[in-house]
Amino acid sequence: MSKSDFTRRGVLGTGALAGAGLAMPTILTAGSHAGYTNEPSGDTVTLGFNVPQTGPYADEGADELRAYELAVEHLNGGGDGGMMNTFSSKALKGSGILGKKVEFVTGDTQTKSDAARASAKSMIEKDGAVMITGGSSSGVAVAVQALCQEAGVIFMAGLTHSNDTTGKDKKANGFRHFFNSYMSGAALAPVLKANYGADRNAFHLTADYNWGYTTEEAVRASTEAMGWNTVNTILTPLTQTDFSSYIAQVLQSDADVLVLNHYGGNMVNSLTNAVQFGLRDKVVNGKNFEIVVPLYSRLMAKGAGANVKGIFGSTNWHWSLQDEGTKAFVKSFGTKYGFPPSQAAHTCYVQALLYADAAERAGTFNPCGIVEALEGFEFDGMGNGPTLYRAEDHQCFKDVLVVKGKEEPDSDFDLLEIVEVTPVAQVTYPPNHPMFGGPEATLGSCNPGA
Amino acid sequence: MDAILLQILNGLDKGSAYALIALGLTLIFGTLGVVNFAHGALFMIGAFCAVTLNRILTMGHQVIDPTRTDFLGNPLKVDVPYLHGLFGESMGNAIIDWSVPLAILISIPVMVIIGVIMERGLIRHFYKRPHADQILVTFGLAIVLQEIIKYFYGANPIPTPAPAAFSGTFDFGAAMGFDPHTIIYPLWRMLYFAFSVIIISGIFAFLRFTTFGMVVRAGMADRETVGLLGIDIDKRFTFMFGLAAAVAGLAGVMYAPIVSPNYHIGMDFLVLSFVVVVVGGMGSLPGAVLAGFLLGILESFASMAWVLNILPGLNQIIIYLVAIIILLVRPRGLMGRKGVMEE
Repeated sequence: MSKSDFTRRGVLGTGALAGAGLAMPTILTAGSHAGYTNEPSGDTVTLGFNVPQTGPYADEGADELRAYELAVEHLNGGGDGGMMNTFSSKALKGSGILGKKVEFVTGDTQTKSDAARASAKSMIEKDGAVMITGGSSSGVAVAVQALCQEAGVIFMAGLTHSNDTTGKDKKANGFRHFFNSYMSGAALAPVLKANYGADRNAFHLTADYNWGYTTEEAVRASTEAMGWNTVNTILTPLTQTDFSSYIAQVLQSDADVLVLNHYGGNMVNSLTNAVQFGLRDKVVNGKNFEIVVPLYSRLMAKGAGANVKGIFGSTNWHWSLQDEGTKAFVKSFGTKYGFPPSQAAHTCYVQALLYADAAERAGTFNPCGIVEALEGFEFDGMGNGPTLYRAEDHQCFKDVLVVKGKEEPDSDFDLLEIVEVTPVAQVTYPPNHPMFGGPEATLGSCNPGA
Repeated sequence: MDAILLQILNGLDKGSAYALIALGLTLIFGTLGVVNFAHGALFMIGAFCAVTLNRILTMGHQVIDPTRTDFLGNPLKVDVPYLHGLFGESMGNAIIDWSVPLAILISIPVMVIIGVIMERGLIRHFYKRPHADQILVTFGLAIVLQEIIKYFYGANPIPTPAPAAFSGTFDFGAAMGFDPHTIIYPLWRMLYFAFSVIIISGIFAFLRFTTFGMVVRAGMADRETVGLLGIDIDKRFTFMFGLAAAVAGLAGVMYAPIVSPNYHIGMDFLVLSFVVVVVGGMGSLPGAVLAGFLLGILESFASMAWVLNILPGLNQIIIYLVAIIILLVRPRGLMGRKGVMEE
């Protein structure tokens, strides 16, 4: 029999010491985390809504602001609660966030990176905003996301579709709920193949800026993979209003599909011009000529009027979906404002709720706590089915909608019909995908700021 | 060959708008000596005349359609234009369909009145001020007008289609002996070109063959002497401002079906039109028209894929590149006269 030197008391004592020792770093880090940028001290917390209030995207910005105001109302316990009733996480109680009443300030991005950074900076430094959200352009999203990373606040992106936001330019403090160019390409390709066949010659007109490039790259990759041939691509200036000299070249090529990698006003004008030039009545190689708009915005499609009829595209969300989350959101938004919300409004509303929920679950507004709560967070009931906030790139993964311009619209906002809900598995890619910056692109570490 | 023909057609069509706007700018500069940065806004207001008339014609009352539901599940409210009640459904729809050509008639008096108010109310006070002051005040005015339009109509483009009869295309290829379907061009754009040729010829004829025009031309050449002859040249120049506004407005109305108007459409054209005026020669009417068409054609050629393969981005800078070359080689522009803006 061997005799052990361990006594019960001794083991307990050593264990307690070791436990305290192990806990030390955590206590110290928690202590250093206690101070973070704009830590709310009173009984309110301020969120910063940075949306285009002037400039060409002002209408989309106005819709985003409506959604944020509705979200704040619901978070503070007003209205019918909207998606808070359908959201799978039940941390939000309608009593503000962590017991603090939600207040907000707004900034005007003007859809210009420098203006957006200036308004975000002012909301952080002067108004004490603990989180910045919103926007209607990828250039702005990337710029503001980098600013928020430096300042130590969370950035919940609004409408931004470029791969780079959660790819090459991803940041630990930034999160995107909206889908991206890759997902549009992956969702559209099978539908295009089923409707137009695998033997097609595509001509791309691409807006000459970051979003245009990633969208062209994604749509080309996915359509070429199924057998389409890309006959030509032309970069068009972002300020272009009359696209006729480009459409004329499409007319004379042997292309039988035109892909318009254009958004907003560009999309309205290029699509209108293409229809004016009779492209939709044209028959090439025995096939009807077709037009594709990879990213649809219902709000903007209105500007193209009847020209959108029958044209395929993709969208992040549409008010005609029939899940409970969508129905609840459309009901509270529609009752308050008299018309259904746009996809921009939807993503902004969801982002505001997701932030609030993450703060409740983390028990803090500390950006690092929020990051931890959002990374790998799985949720449902927000209009897109089961969704994952992927930890590796802070991109939401959910189903993608393929839509088509409606032939017989009932009203001004009844312009698109859902053709297919593409399952999330089909649009998922590895975090180190070359279109997203490859292995070099990293999130870095969360920055709590002050 | 057919690709080149198509781009020439396209250039003429683009150039039509440039020429019309630049013509108005030059008329104002030549008569009143004012550099009018609000001229693009007049073009925009013209386009919104078409939008407004379309809105007026489609105004109506709401009828509940119990067979359909709206997005909240309530019975759908359908707008029925008053015109249907007045003229019957088919006639009412035909009138709405023709709203853009009808807007041409309405825009002329509207634009003349806006032009005269602008001149008498604001710009008149800046005749004796430096060009920099004039540019600042007219640029400010342009922004104010833009914001007013945005307040009432929003920031998004508003579709304003041409009448169904003109929304098709014309097959030039077949008409000229090439293969069919190779050179087809939208009817409305061809109409735009024809319309601009008529307006430009009309303005030139008016200035050349009427006494009024002769006095105006004399005033443009030597304002002081004409004044000494006892002619109230100011009144005539005010009318010319109204006329220039009407030309910009007409260019805008006719442009509405080509590009859905938004509040910014005037600004998009303004800078280009100034380049056109400078290239054509400050104060020269034929120069403005010539430069308008020339730059339109060059812009079209610069956007051809094979050109862009050799010189990427040329489509973005061509107009300014040409302006720099012309100003270096002919500092007064293509048809500029000595002494204009050189004092």
